[in-house]
Amino acid sequence: MNAFKWFSGAVLAGILVSGCGPRSEEDANTIRIGSVAPLTGPQTHIGKDNENGARLAVDEINAAGLVLGGKKVRLELIGEDDQAEPKTATIVADKLLDAGVVAVIGHLNSGTTIPASKRYHDAGIPQISPSATAVAYTAQGFKNAFRVMANDAQQGKALGQFAVGKLGAKKVAIIDDRTAYGQGLADEFEKAAKAAGAEVVAREFTTDKATDFAAILTNIKGKGADLVFFGGMDPQGGPMAQQMKRLGLNARLLGGDGLQNANFLKLAGADAEGVVASSPGLPLEAMPGGPAFKARFEAKYGPIQLYAPYAYDAVYVLVEAMKRADSAEPAKVIAALAQTDYQGVTGPLKFDAKGDTVGGAVTMYEVKNGAWTVLETVK
Amino acid sequence: MEIFTQQLINGLVLGSIYALVALGYTMVYGILELINFAHGEVTMIGAMVALTVMGVLVGLNPELPGLLVVLGGVLVAIPACMALGFTIEKVAYKPLRHAPRLAPLITAIGVSIILQNAAMLIWGRQYVSFPPLLPQGRHEILGAHITDLQIFIVVLSFSIMGGLWLLVERTRLGRAMRATAQSKEVAQLMGVNVDRIISATFIIGSALAAIAGVMVSAYYGLAHYYMGFMLGLKAFSAAVLGGIGNIAGAMLGGLLLGLIEALGAGYIGDLTGGFLGSHYQDVFAFFVLIGVLVFRPSGLLGERVANRA
Repeated sequence: MNAFKWFSGAVLAGILVSGCGPRSEEDANTIRIGSVAPLTGPQTHIGKDNENGARLAVDEINAAGLVLGGKKVRLELIGEDDQAEPKTATIVADKLLDAGVVAVIGHLNSGTTIPASKRYHDAGIPQISPSATAVAYTAQGFKNAFRVMANDAQQGKALGQFAVGKLGAKKVAIIDDRTAYGQGLADEFEKAAKAAGAEVVAREFTTDKATDFAAILTNIKGKGADLVFFGGMDPQGGPMAQQMKRLGLNARLLGGDGLQNANFLKLAGADAEGVVASSPGLPLEAMPGGPAFKARFEAKYGPIQLYAPYAYDAVYVLVEAMKRADSAEPAKVIAALAQTDYQGVTGPLKFDAKGDTVGGAVTMYEVKNGAWTVLETVK
Repeated sequence: MEIFTQQLINGLVLGSIYALVALGYTMVYGILELINFAHGEVTMIGAMVALTVMGVLVGLNPELPGLLVVLGGVLVAIPACMALGFTIEKVAYKPLRHAPRLAPLITAIGVSIILQNAAMLIWGRQYVSFPPLLPQGRHEILGAHITDLQIFIVVLSFSIMGGLWLLVERTRLGRAMRATAQSKEVAQLMGVNVDRIISATFIIGSALAAIAGVMVSAYYGLAHYYMGFMLGLKAFSAAVLGGIGNIAGAMLGGLLLGLIEALGAGYIGDLTGGFLGSHYQDVFAFFVLIGVLVFRPSGLLGERVANRA
């Protein structure tokens, strides 16, 4: 009991000390911006990539000098880790608000961006997500929420049109994993594929923890589908590709950005060949400022992982808005952000009334010789 | 017709996997009346250890034939899981043998969570892929497809069940196990070393788990620290469906559950005119489970309590 008392006392003391740790003297000329992404866990490399993209932009802007309201100001980027966990996301959001940030670049995942967006909205500061694609993020009616990447609706629509128009699908089967992402993507795909003239012969479901799809794939085979669309992630997509081959199901597997990654190739093995999947945005080489950005980024941080160019653009979009508002005051910046018309490294950026990018590009990839190769970019 | 045959094959393979894991649950329950919830995690550890060993073997000598590499993995995974099963029993269950029955149930869940998290720390959160080392020959029966690996899984499940039945019914160890199952005290008075019998049960069950783990990850092409949870839950349900504590029951329950899931997912949509889709696959399977238990509370083959082990 004594030991317990001592222990809990120590913990309490620790909490108190860390809670009122020394906070640096508020510098009137420093503008704080938050950057949130998973910096621990399986997505660490992608998260750090986002932060580095934002940091590169901040460093460049500071080096060039930023003047707002006649005063020379300096940007400070505060990087936080949300562990890709919705619970942690709101804690980190509060932490950033306590630190007095005027805007947030983040988060990386839709699942973390959405719960955190409520906090930023209540605090009235602008949020620009470089990579959250769930439709729900900007559908909440928050005037402060923006994103610089095509959302799932845009992606699902592009996939549906591509499946019918370019891949020649006539009878499509649709599977989703019953997550917000998978289901949303599959619904948008279904609408677009039907509109383009394809027949939906089967609508099947699985979960984001399943590994056995033999039963639903056999069902799809019986319906004579020539294309199988899967709205979900690579841990299911990999075994699914294998099981399709095993069952002799001669249909093409098509997926969204949940499949378009290196892990899918590993999990599907040789059966990944011929699978087509999309990813929002342009391949780096095709971005207007891609090669130049790559050179600058890699000189500082090494190879680009995924979304760094989007985080980079997000910071510039924010700072351009501050310049037009001639202030870092959140309300003014939000109003200015809505008027954005900026040529970023990822392409031209404009927001619609909801905060989505107008005409966000979606790129189609196919697995050829065990690697994702670009088929084409759809706008 | 070929679609129906294919669904039967799908169900048979899935059911064999469930049955293989269910045997481990049923053995422990038969002897101790304890549901060893950590069994699913032992399966996962078996798969992870085998994959690690296989990675090392391929790294040492990429020329090694695939079958030999997998065999090497299995041969390390089996003793590793045996040691793990032995330790789990000694640490988490033995001290609580005379405690109320809820206590070891809670420690079982605790062990399961500990193993999951340990695996997550050791092997990470990523899905690990199973290298394509095994022959992928494909055969056609009545228009349906079946692979070498699927045939192997079914044959292996049945042989292990047969072997286990022989062990329990025909050997000295088996007789001691049956005696322990009937009454630990009396068995002890008759000169049976109950502690050793219980340890042996856990060791055999864990060896089966190791084999099942490797089969599952080879079949689905992946392994993951979380894979044991759902597998364990399904296998446990299979054991209950067949009559927990009964070896043939575990096999029957596993096969039935696999078939119900496959046929359910395959036909539920058409039968209900699209009103219920394949997302009701699990609901359907557990509905059948509840139905069976209402009418036969001890499971399909569960009445032969004296013979359990």
